[in-house]
Amino acid sequence: MTKSELIERLIDAHPELSVKDVELAVKTMLDHMTDALSTGERIEIRGFGSFSLHYRAPRMGRNPKTGEAVPLAAKYVPHFKPGKELRDQVNDGLKAGY
Amino acid sequence: MSSLTKADMAERLYDELGLNKREAKEMVDSFFEEIRASLAHNEQVKLSGFGNFDLRDKRERPGRNPKTGEEVPISARRVVTFRPGQKLKERVEIHAGNQPDSV
Repeated sequence: MTKSELIERLIDAHPELSVKDVELAVKTMLDHMTDALSTGERIEIRGFGSFSLHYRAPRMGRNPKTGEAVPLAAKYVPHFKPGKELRDQVNDGLKAGY
Repeated sequence: MSSLTKADMAERLYDELGLNKREAKEMVDSFFEEIRASLAHNEQVKLSGFGNFDLRDKRERPGRNPKTGEEVPISARRVVTFRPGQKLKERVEIHAGNQPDSV
């Protein structure tokens, strides 16, 4: 499912809202989540899962073309931990033959 | 710092889009519900800019009960993994410099 397919499904599920409202809502929700993570705030969606940041220590990398060593700064990367309900539903999907 | 929740997201839809409180709450609920339903049907979810939710089928493998040391097989299972998109990765990385001890 792509973002535009998600938007279509939400339009079908919400006939009371205009197409434009649904499109804007999806954009607003994804921007909100991105903004939160980019300021170091966690996201916790009960039953779905949580997003947090994981620290990556500085290290020496290598330019794959020249083989030259390049220092890489410490950074944070986004991490998602699925919640129990999502884990169970996905695993039940396997048992149900999807 | 407190976490971002569905209530916060609904509040923003109310403030910025003018959905009423009920519509805003239902929209946030169905957003996550549709993603969950898709994954439960073994359908990958790709949200460009934000990231992809992928599915991986794991075979049964030997495990061990850490308390008793007893060998117990870990059953075959399907798991969700999240691969952040380029835009999200860049936004988060930039932030790293000004917050040494993050979440």
